[in-house]
Amino acid sequence: MAEKLRLGLYWAASCGGCEIAVLEIGDRILDLIQVADIVFWPCVMDFKYDDVRAMPDGHIDVVLFNGAIRNSENESIARLLRQKCKVLVAFGSCAVEGGIPALANLYALQSLMARAFTESESTVNPAGTVPAPGHHVPEGEIELPVIYRTVRRLQDVVPVDYFMPGCPPTEKQIWAVLQAIVAGALPPVGSHVGCGDRSVCDECKREKRQVRIERFHRPHEIVPEEGWCLLEQGIVCMGSATRSGCEARCLDANQPCRGCYGPAGRSMDQGAATLSAVGSMIAADSIEKAEQILRDFVDPAGTVYRFGMSNSLLVRRLDE
Amino acid sequence: MSDFEPRIVAFLCSWCSYTGADLAGTSRKKYRSNIIPIRVMCSGRVDPEWILKAFRDGADGVLVCGCHPGDCHYINGNHKTLGRYPVVRRMLAQFGIHPDRYRLEWVSAAEGDRYAKVVDAMIDTVRALGPLRWKDRLAAATDTLADARS
Repeated sequence: MAEKLRLGLYWAASCGGCEIAVLEIGDRILDLIQVADIVFWPCVMDFKYDDVRAMPDGHIDVVLFNGAIRNSENESIARLLRQKCKVLVAFGSCAVEGGIPALANLYALQSLMARAFTESESTVNPAGTVPAPGHHVPEGEIELPVIYRTVRRLQDVVPVDYFMPGCPPTEKQIWAVLQAIVAGALPPVGSHVGCGDRSVCDECKREKRQVRIERFHRPHEIVPEEGWCLLEQGIVCMGSATRSGCEARCLDANQPCRGCYGPAGRSMDQGAATLSAVGSMIAADSIEKAEQILRDFVDPAGTVYRFGMSNSLLVRRLDE
Repeated sequence: MSDFEPRIVAFLCSWCSYTGADLAGTSRKKYRSNIIPIRVMCSGRVDPEWILKAFRDGADGVLVCGCHPGDCHYINGNHKTLGRYPVVRRMLAQFGIHPDRYRLEWVSAAEGDRYAKVVDAMIDTVRALGPLRWKDRLAAATDTLADARS
């Protein structure tokens, strides 16, 4: 019998949703372990980093790496796994494009720490204790990873072979990609896998009526009309700027596309592509009128880069 | 910052503003040379990603000039531009880029004089704001493992 395939899964700066998404394949995981051994998956099974360090280079066939690079631990494990695996897959929006953690790039690290550890309404921290990389306790020195000022993508720290976007990738796409891995049928290195190459609009069943936007609404403010394009109803939807592959499932649930599959086509910047589409639909014939309509489009950067800040042209806020 | 010479990328629509810039030249109007003109078929063709790319790749300011509303060669291309303008400016501010670094102006083919004035005003504005140096400052704000270990 041929040697079994070796798989590894890792989470860096992520919410754990990608791990749940992998488990969504259900009892087919039993079919998977017939042909593949899971040799590293800290979220689900007991593995230590030293187990990985002890492996020869290139020992793991495929690593599915989810989560953004937010601190020194994320980066050092990304480097370690790159060394120990043959094929590295950036799995999920955070690893591919920064994801939700990368929204932190709109703030300075000090203000984030202050908000999280002292200012937030639910925090009681009279001593003003904040995490520090090193601390002395009677037993000796303890260390925490160093948090980075700028959240980055996996490909910003190590070479990545495949990109599988989605927050999280859908169960159907995960199973298809796992089958491709097992069959040795992955596309050329550098490809996006588990997704389409068109836009979400292409998969969306809603109808366009060539209506221009008179006013914007946030999704909770109105009950949108069934079957009609949400953008035309004044709800910012990123479908036109976002890669297909999810079968427009948010749209089926009356929610706008928030862009988790990343930029569609050859677009350099998903957020700019969204603003291009949204801006061209404003019912205004003067800048003043456009300004008035756009006033209700709150937080453009946080909306159009909800999942893609690290992947954007500007990457982060920099104060002049 | 007295020796700072701003670099300003100007996207000029072929039908009105580029012709207006030509007229400024043939009329011997004087304006400063900090402008890098790029001719496009319509101001509506200027994708916001070009504006962001210009800022990232070293521009200190971006000027977009098109036909006056109502005069667009393609009927309503400049309406698309003006619909994007306020939200792009607001988003630039969220990234810490002063919104006045990006400006939209209408310049017709007959307004060579106006073109020269628009360019000079833009250069003054950006000169006062100082250099943007996006790439250098982004690199300085990006930590690496080597920084973490030191």
